[in-house]
Amino acid sequence: MPVLNINGQSVDAKADPRTPLLWVLRDTLGMTGTKYGCGIAQCGACTVHIDGVPTRSCQVPLNSVGGRKITTIEGIADGDKLNKIQQAWLELDVPQCGYCQSGMIMAATALLAAKPNPTDADIDAAMTNICRCGTYKQIREAIHAAAKA
Amino acid sequence: MTIQTTLGSTPLNRRNFLVGTAAATGGFSLAFSFPYAPAMAAEVQEINAWVVIKPDDTVVIRIARSEMGQGTLTGLAQMVVEELECDWKKVTTEYPTPGENVKRGRVWKNFSTGGSRGIRESNQYVREGGAAARLMLVAAAAAEWNVPVAECTAANSVVTHSSGKTLTYGHLASAAAKLEPPKEIPLKDPKDWKLIGKPIHRLDTMDKLTGKQMYGIDVKLPGMLTATVKACPVNGGKLKSFDAAKVEKMPGVKKVVSIDGNAVVVVADTYWNARTALAALPIEWDVGKSGSVQQSDVTAMLKDGLGATEAYIGNKVGDAAGAIAGAAKKVEATYAYPWQNHAPMEPLNAAALYTPDKLEVWCGTQNGEAALAAAAEAAELPVAKCDVYKMMLGGGFGRRGRADYVRQAVLVAKQMPGVPIKLIWSREEDMQHGSYHPTTMCKLTGGLDKDGNLVGLHMRISGQSILASLAPQSLQNGMDPATFQGMLPSGPEGTYSYNVPNLLIDHAMRNPHLTAGFWRGVNLNQNTVYMESFMDELAEAAGKDPLEFRMKLMKPKNAAALKAACDRAGYGKPLPEGHFHGIAQVMGFGSYVAGVAEVSVSKDGVLKIHKITAATDPGYAVNPWLIERQVAGSFVYGLSAALYGEITVKDGVVEQTNFDSYNVMRMDEMPEVDTVVAASGGFWGGVGEPTIAVAAASVLNGIYKATGKRVRELPLMNNELKKGA
Repeated sequence: MPVLNINGQSVDAKADPRTPLLWVLRDTLGMTGTKYGCGIAQCGACTVHIDGVPTRSCQVPLNSVGGRKITTIEGIADGDKLNKIQQAWLELDVPQCGYCQSGMIMAATALLAAKPNPTDADIDAAMTNICRCGTYKQIREAIHAAAKA
Repeated sequence: MTIQTTLGSTPLNRRNFLVGTAAATGGFSLAFSFPYAPAMAAEVQEINAWVVIKPDDTVVIRIARSEMGQGTLTGLAQMVVEELECDWKKVTTEYPTPGENVKRGRVWKNFSTGGSRGIRESNQYVREGGAAARLMLVAAAAAEWNVPVAECTAANSVVTHSSGKTLTYGHLASAAAKLEPPKEIPLKDPKDWKLIGKPIHRLDTMDKLTGKQMYGIDVKLPGMLTATVKACPVNGGKLKSFDAAKVEKMPGVKKVVSIDGNAVVVVADTYWNARTALAALPIEWDVGKSGSVQQSDVTAMLKDGLGATEAYIGNKVGDAAGAIAGAAKKVEATYAYPWQNHAPMEPLNAAALYTPDKLEVWCGTQNGEAALAAAAEAAELPVAKCDVYKMMLGGGFGRRGRADYVRQAVLVAKQMPGVPIKLIWSREEDMQHGSYHPTTMCKLTGGLDKDGNLVGLHMRISGQSILASLAPQSLQNGMDPATFQGMLPSGPEGTYSYNVPNLLIDHAMRNPHLTAGFWRGVNLNQNTVYMESFMDELAEAAGKDPLEFRMKLMKPKNAAALKAACDRAGYGKPLPEGHFHGIAQVMGFGSYVAGVAEVSVSKDGVLKIHKITAATDPGYAVNPWLIERQVAGSFVYGLSAALYGEITVKDGVVEQTNFDSYNVMRMDEMPEVDTVVAASGGFWGGVGEPTIAVAAASVLNGIYKATGKRVRELPLMNNELKKGA
């Protein structure tokens, strides 16, 4: 049974080794914060961090992540203290339906870790996730706000 | 803009929380807790259907409409609380179930969440709900003090007597709940509003930031299995056969079933196992007569309607044909609008638990009562034995108003009594079995007199009717009035914007085989593209500026909205080199909207939408903070459609399968959006949808100015914008 390192904890994940990490998280481990949107790495709703890199978990088989450090939306706040991105998202009321926002927040958190003061072009390049409600304007504002926080 | 602070999270109805959220908060155990913690526990007092007050002063506002991102949960709560006079910081919300609504004589009235109707249709009765509860709380205080009611006032969850003594709502709730509801329920004068009209934070943000928010797809019940479905690839076709033996021994597979004679479902322990087995399942289809339909057939069908002699008349003034025939100048143009898919981010899903005595369904739905009716029908149980627990929607846009996925889940659950089944559609299933934005074509003919005045106009719409697809019983002598949205002689759904002395707007209905549905913005979308593009074409033929040409013809509120957008955008003033303004306006969903798009097109034909300035007049603006978000979001939805949105068929099958073949707008294409909330008061209009319509139309008019190319067929990606090409 593969042992995964998720949000700093070691977890047994009993699933076929070819199962995408997305479905291991959701169905095997019950961590439903990571979302299914397309299954082909187009929409980014399933974005998690693998060794700090934002990654679309629908395309990552279980047998490729053993021993690697996985962070999900459930693991980025410090207890009840939101991270800077989450806090900016809260203050600007970024989410509408909210379904894509786990992935958006994971992508933005990774962006800020790599580039603490991103330009609009950096944001365009890093934030390729799909939002159908159309929260892009608020996402851009919130990333800039988080960078200044 | 100042933002009032409030709670960051919304405790939703406990009935919706099926599984302990230990897993979601970072633990890994799948802890179960059973659904249904009754809303009316002993210590909780229901003052009336809309208002529940707990001893700690927490106020639960019941919301009948569904939250899918548009903010109705917050807006409707504001309306109740305005009259209730409770402390906004103590407000939470919950959904009553559709089953309770039926049992209580539809006390919450309409659950349907579409047509931007949440606030515009329920504003009166939800405010009365809040006001009635306040009157009862005040009466309870007066009774306890033995003083006249007139000596008591209510504010901020406290009733105060003229002597200065106070009692809290939490204290009074129990006594108030026992009182007769008031017969006279006066409402505040709008000038006295404290909460309505204020930019207030949403009530439902916090859990959407941490992964805790439960959507339908996240539902987990004890012993639950997950199913996924494949319907006949050709809409209207049937299932011929499938070889379950080939996949029954695959990992996790529990059962392979057919439903409705047109779809196969694999039930397994996990979604991935169900999906993997379904992909391996040999299936034979009887695609039926639609299996030979090509996109060119659809186009030919629509073209035929453009010149047909028979058509339903939606709007008629004077003699358009005569006026055009006698006009000094005749202008004519034909436009086309494709099918488009909703593609909400959360794929369609529903969970159902069936026993011969009871059916329970958990799902995101835009119409709880329609979901309940569909579920009961599929289960073949009386409605009284069924209920639907509404979950947060991961987007709806109209798709979740249709209950086809609910029916499917129940049909599967019925074949496995006692086992909770969660049916999840793949994205591919969503793309290929949509309730698509109707496809239409339109021929516009206008006559100008020698001074460039519009003397006659004929708009012939040809194509699909939504009602014919989804609700044929609602057709009026065969006519679908919704087809004329924005072009109607009167009414809130979309009154035509212009005074034209001789006007004919008619519809030759042509229904190809794909199901049409209500798609955010509905028929306003294409009608606005047609009419507003043609207004620019007429203006050019008349040798006039598009704004000047329109202003002469427009009705006052439309003109005011367009002027507000143009003033804000600086229409007519110099723009950066190579930038051009296109304008559009329309009235629909009870509101007046206008947009000014600033665009440029490079010499290689690359379009850049720099900015859209929007004005929206919804009468009363309940929450400008959320309206701005709806307008910006509307442009993303509308521009995604304008740039890329196109569903096509080959051999009757939808050719697009996922976001790789059905592209949508991303962050890098998002224009700057500047929103003017130009609320003129006196009426209640919707905001979730109308502004979508002006996105494409204003951009197309800007493109013409930039390139001299008049794009008449969407999506834009099929058009070469390069000069000279």
